[in-house]
Formats: sequence, structure tokens, C-alpha cells
Amino acid sequence: MSWDWQVFLNDDGSGRTYLEWMIDAWGWTLAVAGSSWVVAVVMGALMGTLRTLQDSPWLVRLATVWVELFRNIPLLVQVFLWYFVVPKMFPLFQQVPGFVLVVFALGFFTSARIAEQVRAGIQSLPRGQRYAALAMGFTTAQAYRYVILPMAFRIILPPLTSESMNLLKNSAVAFAVSIAELTMFAMQAQEETSRGVEVYLAVTALYMLSAFAVNRVSATIEKRVQIPGFIVAGGTGGGH
Amino acid sequence: MLGLDLTFLDWDIISKFVLGGLWFSIKLTIIATLGGIVFGTLLALMRLSGRKVLMLPATIYVNGMRAIPLVMVILWFFLLIPFLIGKPIGAELSAIVTFIAFEAAYFSEIMRAGIQSIPRGQVHAGQALGMSYGQNMRLVVLPQAFRNMLPILLTQTIILFQDTSLVYAIGAYDLLKGFTNAGKIYGRPEEAYLLAAVVYFVICYALSWSVKRLQAKIAIVR
Repeated sequence: MSWDWQVFLNDDGSGRTYLEWMIDAWGWTLAVAGSSWVVAVVMGALMGTLRTLQDSPWLVRLATVWVELFRNIPLLVQVFLWYFVVPKMFPLFQQVPGFVLVVFALGFFTSARIAEQVRAGIQSLPRGQRYAALAMGFTTAQAYRYVILPMAFRIILPPLTSESMNLLKNSAVAFAVSIAELTMFAMQAQEETSRGVEVYLAVTALYMLSAFAVNRVSATIEKRVQIPGFIVAGGTGGGH
Repeated sequence: MLGLDLTFLDWDIISKFVLGGLWFSIKLTIIATLGGIVFGTLLALMRLSGRKVLMLPATIYVNGMRAIPLVMVILWFFLLIPFLIGKPIGAELSAIVTFIAFEAAYFSEIMRAGIQSIPRGQVHAGQALGMSYGQNMRLVVLPQAFRNMLPILLTQTIILFQDTSLVYAIGAYDLLKGFTNAGKIYGRPEEAYLLAAVVYFVICYALSWSVKRLQAKIAIVR
């Protein structure tokens, strides 16, 4: 078999080359993943925190339902739910662009996983820290804001990193609702050019490059925020 | 209810469209789990062998698989298998091969952790009794590693079951496809997606609940 990398310089029929199309698609992948990441971290931190509030059983229940619901339905099905079913049930959503709906799907799906990590992180802290904060006269909210969450987030950074890389990979399911991201590009360019191997290799390389970048950024953050003498606390991070 | 009509679904449609898809999803999950554990254990043993010839390819394979989206892996195999064997292959068979190869990478990481969780003393005790490497692994290390990792292996299987829906990318006929087709033919696609979500949820929730129970049981035994 011979290579034909020239294929990327061909016109795709709309006045741009396949290379330009692929770069655009990469941008969409990063946009979907980046926006979903914000949604996932905000909702994950909120729900994970709620699950540890033993004095408010209803909030714990709410957060538990959230986690179980978004964790036990395949991501692709959730994408279809947001894209097709939600606009049909709630006409308000008919004005919302498909990109945003996919971001909700991917963000909420990932938030369930992050919530579990946040909860585990909070529960791994020695009880004394909470008591010390309360004894100092902090309210529960202050204890979380100034003592518990800053520690918990440092502890869960390693699993949070691998979840962020999972999120990036999971953004590939957006192809199913025709978001013009990398996997969508791969499928269409493969069909149009019949140079599947070259196209897939390039797309795979871009996915790996992006995942590597996420990994490096997290490693930098981990180093920046680390508390001297408290590194071993991170040893619990499993993350699959 | 909210512009939806769920009454179209009856037993005829379910047995005609859904059951076949459900059966394929289950079959794919079971085959990929068993195959993934077998090949994953081999990969784990290669990575722990201490010999570079074995460690390097296994490490590259595992890390490579884990760095790529599953959808891309599914597309890769669907593109490459016919190319390698010289004749077209069905989407279903391609999906089975893909999932075994893909899951082997994930199961190997679990088995590696499991093998490393066994105290060195046990391995040395086996050696002192005159056991060969194979006997030591088969009779001492692997059974315990497997039991220690059972809850995580099962959790991975639940994730695997959810991931089987991604065979959508190559058009294989699974549970999701069964609902999608029924919805298309009866003009009720939204309702069909909703029902698919309910079915997936019930199965996955029940499974993860059982895993939790099992975990609690094992925790006491230890």
C-alpha cells in the first residue's frame, strides 16, 4: 500500500482543503470538550458536595438521583435525549443550537463521574479538619469554602485529570448528531476521499496530541497548587 | 404527556425490533468481557515480566488504546479488518473483534493492579515450594488478584455494556439500533429514544446495585 498524504490538499468541494476542514473540526472538538468540561466541573463539584451534607437528607437524595441518572444511561443515548427528545418535550429548547445541547449531554454525563470523585475526595479528608473549622466558628458553608474543598480538590486532581481526558475522548460521540468535530470529519473525509488510513491517522494523532496537552496542563496545575508536606494525600487517587 | 405518545409500543414491536438488538448487546458485552479479561491478563503479565521485549509492546498497545476515543477504534477496525483479511466483514463481527481488543487494554490495567496487590511474600512462598512461574501465577497469584479486583472488573463490564451503544458508528444492530429502527418505522423517534434510555438505565442501575452488594459482602470477608 502506498501513502497519499496529498489528499489533505484536495478541495473538499466547498472551496477549502481537507486540511483546513480538519483543523476546523479539531476546533469543534476542543470547543465541545472545553465547554462540557466547565459544565461538568461546576455541576460535579456542586453535586459531589451536596452528597456529603449529612444534615440535609433531601439534598443528599437529590444529588444521588443526579449521579445515578446520568451515570447509568449510555452517553450516546443521552446525546440523543438532549438533541431529539428534550426539544420535543419542552418547546423552549427548540431555539437552542445543537452544539449547546450536546454540551449539556456531555457535561452532565461527566458531572456524575466528577461528583463521585469530589465526594470521595471530601470523605477522604480527616474528620478533624471539618471539626477544627467548625470549632473556629466557621459556618458549614465557610468550612467547605475555606477548608474542605481546597483540600479535596488537590486530592482529586489526578483522577480529575484522567476524567478530563475521558471527556475529550467522549466528545467524539457528538458525530452522531452531526456536530462537525473530528470524528465526523474522519467519517466523511474517509468516504469522500477513500484514503481512510491517512485520514484516520491524522485524526487519531490530533486526539492524542489534545489528550497529551490536557495531561501536561494538569501536571503543571498539580505542581502549582501543591501544599508543601502534604503530597502523600494524593496517593489515594485511583481513577480508571 | 409533554407532546409524547408512548402508547405505540406493544409486544409485537418489542419482540420484532428490540429483543434481537438487546441480545446482540448482551452477547457483545459477555464476549468482550471474557476475551478482554483473557487478553488483558496476558498484557498485564507481559508488562510485569521485567523483560523489555515483552514490556515495551504491551505498554505501547495499552497506552495507545487508552488514548484514542472508542468510536475511532471502532472505525479503525472496521476499516482495517477487511483490508487485512481481504474480504468484507459484517459490522457485528467487526464490533466483537474491536471490543475484545479495546477492552483488553482496560482490563489489563485492572489485572495489573490486582496482581500487584498480592504481597510479594506469597510469590516467594510459591517459589520456595518449588512452583514454576506458570504454576505460581495460575495457582497462587491470579486467583487472588481476580477475586480482589472482581468489583472493579464488574464495574468495567457495566461501562462496557453502555459503550456497546457506540457500534452505532458502523451500523451494527444493537439495543439502541432496535429502538431507533422501531421509532423510525412507526414515526415516533423521540419516544423510542426515551424508552431506550429507560431500558439502559434499568439494566445498568440493577447491575451496579448488585456490584455494590457484592462489594459489601467481600469487604466483610476480608
